[in-house]
Amino acid sequence: MAGNYERALGKSLDWKLILIFLILILIGWVNIYASIHSSEPASIFDFQFRCGKQAVWILTSIVLALVILFAINPKLWQGISVPAYLFVLILLVAVIFLGTDVKGSKSWFDFGVVNFQPAEVSKITTSLLLATVMSRPSFKLPRIKDLAVVAAIIGLPMLVIVAESETGSALVYTGFIFVLYREGLSGWTLVAIGMAILLFILTLTCSPLVSMLVLIGLISFFNALDSGRIFRWLFIFVPLIVLSAFLPSIFSSLAENPDIPGLVKQIKPVWLVLGVSVAAIPILMVKAWRNKDSFLTMSCLGLLAGVILIFSTDFIFNNVLQDHQRQRIEVLLGMKEDPSGVGYNVNQSMIAIGSGGFSGKGFLNGTQTTYGFVPEQTTDFIFCTVGEEWGFLGCALVIILYVTMIWRILRGAEKSREPFTRIYGYCVASCIFMHLFINIGMTIGLMPVIGIPLPFLSYGGSSLWTFTILLFIFIALDRQEKKYF
Amino acid sequence: MQDYDNRPDKLIIGLAVAAGILLVKLFFIQIIDDKYKADARNNSMVYDIIYPTRGVIYDRNGTILVGNKVAYDILVTPRETGVFDTLLLASVLGQEPDFIRTKMAEYQKNRKRIGYQAMTLLKQIPPETYMKFAEIQYKFPGFKGQVRSIRDYPVNAGGNLLGYVSEVDGDYIKKHPDNYRSGDYAGKTGIEAAREADLRGEKGYHIYLRNSRNQIETRYMDGEMDKEAVPGHDIVTTIDATLQQYGQQLMQNKVGSVVAIEPATGEILAMVSSPGIDVSQLADISKHYKEIAANPYRPMFNRTVQASYPPGSVFKLVNGLIGLEEGVLTPDMRYPCNHGYYYSGSHKLGCHGHPSPLDLEQAVMMSCNGYFCYVLKNVLENRKKYSSTAEAFDKWREYTLSMGFGRKLGSDFPAELGGNIPTSKYYNRIYGKGGWRFSTIVSLSIGQGEIGVTPLQIANLSATVANRGYYVIPHIVKESEGVELDEKYKERQYTMVDTTEYKKVIQGMWRAVNSGFGSGGTASIAAVPGLDICGKTGTAQNPRGADNSVFICFAPKDNPKIAIAAYIENAGFGATWACPIASLMVEKYLKGEISEDRKYLEDRVLEGNLMSRVKTD
Repeated sequence: MAGNYERALGKSLDWKLILIFLILILIGWVNIYASIHSSEPASIFDFQFRCGKQAVWILTSIVLALVILFAINPKLWQGISVPAYLFVLILLVAVIFLGTDVKGSKSWFDFGVVNFQPAEVSKITTSLLLATVMSRPSFKLPRIKDLAVVAAIIGLPMLVIVAESETGSALVYTGFIFVLYREGLSGWTLVAIGMAILLFILTLTCSPLVSMLVLIGLISFFNALDSGRIFRWLFIFVPLIVLSAFLPSIFSSLAENPDIPGLVKQIKPVWLVLGVSVAAIPILMVKAWRNKDSFLTMSCLGLLAGVILIFSTDFIFNNVLQDHQRQRIEVLLGMKEDPSGVGYNVNQSMIAIGSGGFSGKGFLNGTQTTYGFVPEQTTDFIFCTVGEEWGFLGCALVIILYVTMIWRILRGAEKSREPFTRIYGYCVASCIFMHLFINIGMTIGLMPVIGIPLPFLSYGGSSLWTFTILLFIFIALDRQEKKYF
Repeated sequence: MQDYDNRPDKLIIGLAVAAGILLVKLFFIQIIDDKYKADARNNSMVYDIIYPTRGVIYDRNGTILVGNKVAYDILVTPRETGVFDTLLLASVLGQEPDFIRTKMAEYQKNRKRIGYQAMTLLKQIPPETYMKFAEIQYKFPGFKGQVRSIRDYPVNAGGNLLGYVSEVDGDYIKKHPDNYRSGDYAGKTGIEAAREADLRGEKGYHIYLRNSRNQIETRYMDGEMDKEAVPGHDIVTTIDATLQQYGQQLMQNKVGSVVAIEPATGEILAMVSSPGIDVSQLADISKHYKEIAANPYRPMFNRTVQASYPPGSVFKLVNGLIGLEEGVLTPDMRYPCNHGYYYSGSHKLGCHGHPSPLDLEQAVMMSCNGYFCYVLKNVLENRKKYSSTAEAFDKWREYTLSMGFGRKLGSDFPAELGGNIPTSKYYNRIYGKGGWRFSTIVSLSIGQGEIGVTPLQIANLSATVANRGYYVIPHIVKESEGVELDEKYKERQYTMVDTTEYKKVIQGMWRAVNSGFGSGGTASIAAVPGLDICGKTGTAQNPRGADNSVFICFAPKDNPKIAIAAYIENAGFGATWACPIASLMVEKYLKGEISEDRKYLEDRVLEGNLMSRVKTD
C-alpha cells in the first residue's frame, strides 16, 4: 500500500513545473550575487549581503513548498478562502496605519528581522476566493449580479493597495480579467480595455482628433464584421476617415483666407468630428432598438465611453495621476527626455541590457550592474543583470522558462475536472504573467516604471514566498486530482 | 463550457505574442542597436588624464630660459575625511584655519554633486611645504598631495617676452575645442603663447572602471588601452639670455623698449619691454594678476610690439632713402638750415645749431631737421612724376610699407601690432581733397605727426639699413629638432629702395657716432673703439610730458652682427638715455663686457630713474 502511494506521488506531481521553479530560483540567486559583486567579491553565502540572505529565503521557500505538498490537505484551501481573504483585507487596511514608510508607500509591516507586505499575500487569498466563488455551480458570468461579486472581490484589495501608494501591485490585479475571460466574460471586454489604453496613449502623444478617428474607425469596423458588411465599411467609412485626417490642414489653409469671418475660424476640426459622432449616437440607438441589434447598442455605448475617455484624458493625466506616475508615462511615450531624472532608471537599465549583446559579457563581468549604475539591481531590475551578463541568449532562456511555466499551469488547469482547480490555475498564471510582462517590459522601456518584482528571480522574501505558495497550492491541487486515478 | 472551448488556445496565443514582443524588443536593443554598448562604455570608464611636461624654452646658446619644477596640489576627497585638526592642517599648509573651514563647508554644501571626487584644496604649493604635510598626512584621511609640473624661470628674461601659462577659461576652450578641456593649462602671452602647439605636448590617459558612485574600481583591460603622455617639444629661441638680462637691468626704472636683432637672420636677440612682469610672478600669475593689472605703468602691455610711437629723427633715414630712390636727392645736394626750415610764410620747423649748408651725410650725422624737410618736399612736389601731392604721398607711403612700417611685420611673436602710416585719403578726409600739400604734413619729414611705429619696426629699420636694403622678418624661435620654422623667416625682404642707396646714409650714421665730441655728431656718446657702431638718434615729441629718447644703431659697420633700437619714454634727447642704453648693449653683445672707460656710463644708466617723469593717469 505504502509503495503504491509513493509511486502515485511520484507520478502525480508535476515534476517539470517544479524543475522550472527550481531553475528560475537558481538563476535569480546567481544574478543577485552578480549584481552586488564588486571588485572585492564576497562569498555567495555571506549573510551580510543579499545573496546570502536570498539563500535563506530560498531554503524557507522550499520548506514552504514541501509543507504545502505533503502536510496540508489541498481541500483546506477552498475552505479557508473566505476568512483568509477577509483577514488579509484587514491587514491591507491596517498596514496603512501601522506600516513603515518605504519610499513613499505604506505597505510594509516591519517585524525587525522580516518585513512583510500584505499586498503580496493578498494575491493568494484573492485567487483562492475567486476560485471558490466562480466554481459554484450557480455562478454564471455574464450575469450582472455575479459580475458585481467578482468585481468586488478583485476591486477591494486593489483599492486598498492603491491607497497604500502601491499602484504597481494593484495593476497586477487587472490580470484577473484573463481569468474572467476564460470563464465566460465577453471577449469584447478585452477589446474594450485594449482600445481604452490605445486611445489614452494616442490622445497623449498625438491629438484628440486622431483618437476620435481611430475610435470611429475601429467601432465601425467591428460592426461591419458583425453584420458582414465589410465592403460598405471599406468604401464609406475608410475614405471618410482618411478625408477627416486632412481636416486640420484644410482648416489652417482656410484660416489664411481673409473672407472668412473670425468666428468661423475659431472652430476646431475635432469639434466637427465630435459633433457628427454625438449626433449619430441617438440615431443609431433608435435603429438598434428597432432592429433589436444588441451589438449595435453596445457599439454605441462603446463609442460614447470612448468619446468621454478621449476628452477626459488630459484631465486624468494631469489631475488624477500622481506626479511620478505622470512623469514615468511621459518618459515611456517619449514625450519628455529626462535621462538623469525620472528616465534615469530606464535609461540605465536599457544600457545595461543593451550592452549585453548576443551572448552577454559573462558571469560577474557586467560593468553596469556590478558597478551599481542600475538602481534596485537586485529587486525590480534584476533582469538587467541577466541581460548584461548573459545577453540575448540568457534573456530568451528566462522568458522561455516563464512561458513554459505559465503554459504548463494553463494546461494543468484545463485538464482538471474541478472548476476550483482550473480557475485557481488561471489566477496563478495571470499573476505570474502580469508580473513578468510589466517587470521585463519596464526594464526594456516597453512599460512605464512600475515597481513590481520579477517572480522567483527578484531578491526578497515576501515576493519569493508569495509566488512559491501561489504556485505550490496549484501543484498540490493538480496532484490531488490525479491521485484518484 | 462548450461555447468557450477555443478560449484557452486564444489565451495561449496571447501569451506567445506577449513573450514575442519582449523578445523582439530585446533582440533590437541587444543585437541591432549599438547605441547602448557605447553608452555603457561612457558610463563606466573614467579617463584619468596624465598631463605632459611642457617643453623647455632655451636661448640661442642653450641656456634654459624657462624650465619646469615640481610643485604639489593638495587634493581632498570630502567623503573620505573624518573629524580632523583644522588648526594643525592650516599651520602646516601655511593657510588660515578659516580658509580650510570655508572650503570644507563649501564641499559639504555641494556634496551631492561632488560624490567621491577629489577636489583641489590648494594649488602649487612648494615641495618644502608639501614635505611638512606629508609627514602628518596619516592624520588626515581623505587629503593627499598630487605632483604637478610648473614653470621655473632661471633667467630673468622678462615676463612679456617669455609669457605666462595659466589655466584655460571658457572662452579659450571654445576657441580651441579639440585640444583643451577645463583644467588644462595654456601659454597666454609671449613665447609660451607663440609656440603653444609645440610646447604643450600631448595629454595621455589611464582608463579606469568606476561605479555609479564615482569610485574607481579597477584598471580597464589592465591598462592595455591607456595612452602615455607625450612631453612637449623644447623650443630654442633666438634670444641671447645674457643680452636680454643685461637689457632688463639697463631698463630698470625706465619706461620703454629695447629690441635687438641679428640683421642677417632677422633673429631677435633681445626684447625688453619696461616695466615688465617679473619672472618671479609668472609661475603663479593668477595670484599676482590683480596686482599686475593695477600697476599704473601697465607692465602687461608689451611695448616692443604693441606701442605705437612717433619715431622721431630716426625716420629721417627713411625719408632720405626714399629721396635717393626717387632721384630727387643726391648725396652731394646741399640745403641751408638757419635754425629751422621756413614753410608757408613765417611758419618755421625749428632745428638746433649746426653748420649750414649741409650735404646728406652731414645732415644724417647732425640730424638736421631743415635738410629733410627739403627732401620730403622734393619727393612730394615732384610734378614730373606725380600729378598731385596726394599721388606722390601714396607712393611715399608705399616705400615706408616696404620697409616694414604701417603694417604688421608678421613676426612669430603674438599680439604684434602694425603701427600707423596715414594714407592720402586720411588727409583728404581731414583737409578736403586738394586741401593739403607738403607744408601741411611737413612734420612727417622728421618722423613726427600722424605716424606711429612700434619699437620692433624701428629695430627692423636698423637691421634693414645694416643689411643695406633688406630684412628678414624678425622672429623669436629658431629651427630645432621637431620644431619647424616657417619659410618666410628665412627669406630676404627687399625694400623698394635699391640696395646701392643704403651706403649713402650709412656713412652719415657712422659719422654721427664716431666723429668725436664737438664735431656736431649727435651720438658721440655711443662710440666704442673698434666696434664701428653706426647710429641715428631721435627725439620724439611726446604730448604727455618730456620728449621720448630714441636711438637706433648697428655694428660693426661692415658685416653687422647686431642691430638695435631703444625707445625710452619721456627721457629727453636721443643721446641722453636711448643712445647709451643701445650702445652698452651692443658693446656687451660684441665684446662680452663693458670697457673700463665706459663703466661710468653703465653706472649712470643703471642708477637712472625716470619713472617720475612718466605720466600714468
